[in-house]
Amino acid sequence: MSDPILSLEGVYTDIAQYHILQGVDFTVPRGAVTMLLGRNGVGKTTTLRTIMGHWRARAGSITFDGIDITRLPTPAIARMGVGYVPETMGIFADLTVEENMILAAASGRLDPARLERIFAAFPPLKTFWKGQAGTLSGGQKQMLSIARAMAEDRRLYLIDEPTKGLAPAIVATMAGALKALKNEGASILMVEQNFAVARALGDFAVVMDDGRVIWSGTMAELVGDGLLQERLMGLSLAAGH
Amino acid sequence: MSTAPTHAPRIERKPLAQRLAPHLPMLLIPALMLLGLALIPSVPSWLTLTVSGLAMGMMIFVMASGMTLVFGLMDVINFGHGVFISVGAFVGVSVLLMLDHLTGAPSMVMALAAILLAVIAAILATGALGWAFERVIVKPVYGAHLKQILVTMGGLIVVEQLIIVLWGPEEIYIPRPEALKGAVTFAGAAMEKYRLLAVGVGAALFLAMRLVLRRTKIGLIVRAGVENGEMVEALGYRLRMVFIGVFVAGSALAGLGGVMWGLYQEVITAHMGQQIMILIFIVVIIGGLGSVEGCFIGALLVGLLQNYVAFLEPKAALISNIGLLVAILMWRPMGMIPVVKAK
Amino acid sequence: MIGTLLSGDLPRSRILTALLVVIFLGLALAPFLFPGVRSVDTAARISIFIVLVASYDLLLGYAGIVSFAHTMFFGIGAYGVALTLQAMGRGWDAVLIGTLAGAGTAAAIALVIGLFSLRVRAIFFAMITLAVASAVGVLVSQLSGLTGGEDGLNIQIPRELTPAFKFGGELWGVKLNGKLLAYYLVFGTALVLFLLMLRIVNSPFGRTLLAVRENDFRAEAIGYPVVRYRTAATCLSAAIAALAGALYALWLRYVGPETVLSMELMIDILLMVVIGGMGTIWGAVIGATLFVIAQNYLQEVMGWASAATEGVPLLPNLLDPDRWLLWLGLLFVLSVYFFPAGIVGRLRAGKWNDPK
Repeated sequence: MSDPILSLEGVYTDIAQYHILQGVDFTVPRGAVTMLLGRNGVGKTTTLRTIMGHWRARAGSITFDGIDITRLPTPAIARMGVGYVPETMGIFADLTVEENMILAAASGRLDPARLERIFAAFPPLKTFWKGQAGTLSGGQKQMLSIARAMAEDRRLYLIDEPTKGLAPAIVATMAGALKALKNEGASILMVEQNFAVARALGDFAVVMDDGRVIWSGTMAELVGDGLLQERLMGLSLAAGH
Repeated sequence: MSTAPTHAPRIERKPLAQRLAPHLPMLLIPALMLLGLALIPSVPSWLTLTVSGLAMGMMIFVMASGMTLVFGLMDVINFGHGVFISVGAFVGVSVLLMLDHLTGAPSMVMALAAILLAVIAAILATGALGWAFERVIVKPVYGAHLKQILVTMGGLIVVEQLIIVLWGPEEIYIPRPEALKGAVTFAGAAMEKYRLLAVGVGAALFLAMRLVLRRTKIGLIVRAGVENGEMVEALGYRLRMVFIGVFVAGSALAGLGGVMWGLYQEVITAHMGQQIMILIFIVVIIGGLGSVEGCFIGALLVGLLQNYVAFLEPKAALISNIGLLVAILMWRPMGMIPVVKAK
Repeated sequence: MIGTLLSGDLPRSRILTALLVVIFLGLALAPFLFPGVRSVDTAARISIFIVLVASYDLLLGYAGIVSFAHTMFFGIGAYGVALTLQAMGRGWDAVLIGTLAGAGTAAAIALVIGLFSLRVRAIFFAMITLAVASAVGVLVSQLSGLTGGEDGLNIQIPRELTPAFKFGGELWGVKLNGKLLAYYLVFGTALVLFLLMLRIVNSPFGRTLLAVRENDFRAEAIGYPVVRYRTAATCLSAAIAALAGALYALWLRYVGPETVLSMELMIDILLMVVIGGMGTIWGAVIGATLFVIAQNYLQEVMGWASAATEGVPLLPNLLDPDRWLLWLGLLFVLSVYFFPAGIVGRLRAGKWNDPK
């Protein structure tokens, strides 16, 4: 794992009086999918939000492509080429699907070829292109949120639980689109509770507990070792499938 | 804009009541006008009152729009907004008093030129003051409503007092330019020229603002920011800069409104902004804090209602606005066009 | 004994304790220590304003709600007594009925406003109270038949409270008359109300209010009915403000919109709370005392300074006694920034230049 795209060293984050992250260390290799795993409430979302600069790390450092971004404001981090799909999806309900996409492209112009690819992956976005994003279904909003991250080439994608609460058919669509993104050679850091999806997409895995990283390695290692999974997450392979 | 795909959207038809619901607030304006027509015995009086109600409403909208957007975008509640109205009025009126050769002439062009110059001066002054106000007064208290209310109120007192230091404690009388005095008669109803101008200017500003908000990228950023500022930042836009821009623009609009209001009342005082703030608060609350459209509708409702009631039962005019506030909040507790915040 | 009387909420600072004792003794013995119409009047005003400011602090400092209708409640109390005395004649029954009616009306209006605005967002409350208070101000001016309009009303108070009523000769050179009784009525009532408020804020109710102020989401999640607590605080605060208003009307023997309903008075109250210290009832004592004394005497200093700087451009204007509010406004903004806990907060924290 030489020259990672992103590395966190001893990151501590507090939210109000609570110490959520307590020394998070891990790296995200280039051109691969890294899965951030762990039970609910161990700090996975907080980790992504800290990388984005939504929360400020109290201590530690975050390095993106060789540059220290720990103290940079959110817009600056985004402009360096980080695409972010928050857990809450962050759709602008009052704007149309098209306007949501326009905002996602820093240049204000959407590349037609890229748009066709997005439409191929997420047909409903084409259907409701001029419609208000607020009227989309939950799955369609998730598609839009991911599509927004894909509106331009990003150096890193941060994707927070893209399959949360979705029907199985839509989970498959989502997984397919993410697979295509992976095949293009994108670097992705993703939080995923659905272990089947995580296993299918992930190259590497980082497991968190209580605001710390308790294990990291390749996905193959984790998949191959049922006892390890049991110990780390209390989940078994069968749980997802 | 990107090329839209040819696919036709298939949005299911909803029942009539549901489709109508979003437009109900807009329909309140004609409804109120009809109610006025039914209650006011003579049609020409009704027409006169309607025009002055619309004029008043438009001016309130111009003054209030900045405040509602500032709140929507950054959750900043500016109780000092009214001071931009006063400052705008004093600067504009000072310019007008200097241009008496233009305002004294009977030519409409010269009158409008004088007003335009006054308005430009007012906009520049209040825009600059808005920038300073944001830096000095508002910025240190982001995210703390209680302190915002206190500090902006304090800022209002200080700037009001400075107006008195600079211009003296007396109220200043300002006659309208010759060419804008008097009224035109239409269908037996006398309509003051100046009020017609105010309606025109207000409507034009509303349409321009809508166009900016709907058709430009900066407008999209503002609207998106009202809904979810964090996500706008995560897409790489510096919301803080956008906010300063909106704050300055809102202050400038309040200054413009101050000139218009001063010429409407033909007298200005340092406290005028504070007094109008009461109407502005009612307007932004019933409109839905953060919503420009709601603010527009609310302003027109307040203007019309105030004029109708003042004609029918003069003493009830001010109370009528409180009544309107209560009625709207009972119907929609978050205002007519509630702004839904993400998170 | 004193601890119980003060509900266990002691000043917790030696300088503060000394100041409070001086103020208490000064007010308790004012007619004897500072005989003279003006100084006794100042002492009475201070007593009343301490109650008014403390009742506002109940809202601002403890419940975390900004209201601009506090003078309205004050005014309701004042007009309540004035109108009843006018209707029923100068009897104690009229005083009692008018006071209770005023306090009841104030609490009822506060309840309605609270239910309407606090349900949605606490900031609505600030805007709605401002709108309602100004509408009431206009209404009082318009209904001149009833309220005397802008001129206000001179009222006949019970004879026992007027200088004409004498009950002995002199004590330490002070005439024992109704005016002296009136002063001690004001002082005694103010003291009782103050101790009552001290009790309220140190009760479980007061502590819950603080919890709500710190974090309303959390308080809501724990299961406190946040809106109900805040509305209750609003009603309580309004009723006490009305009682202070009734005292003020009795003391001045006059009510008028300028005196009891004006926006200027509202701003004065804000200043007193912030300068004294939000979130501590003791702050009201310090804030009100300093403010009333400064208002009475500092303006003279400004007048002198303004005259002394005659000829310098702008400076005489800035120092004009009428520009008093300019300096108060500046002081206010600076206090909110740098002094959010006010004088009492600073004294309790110990060192003056300690930032916390």
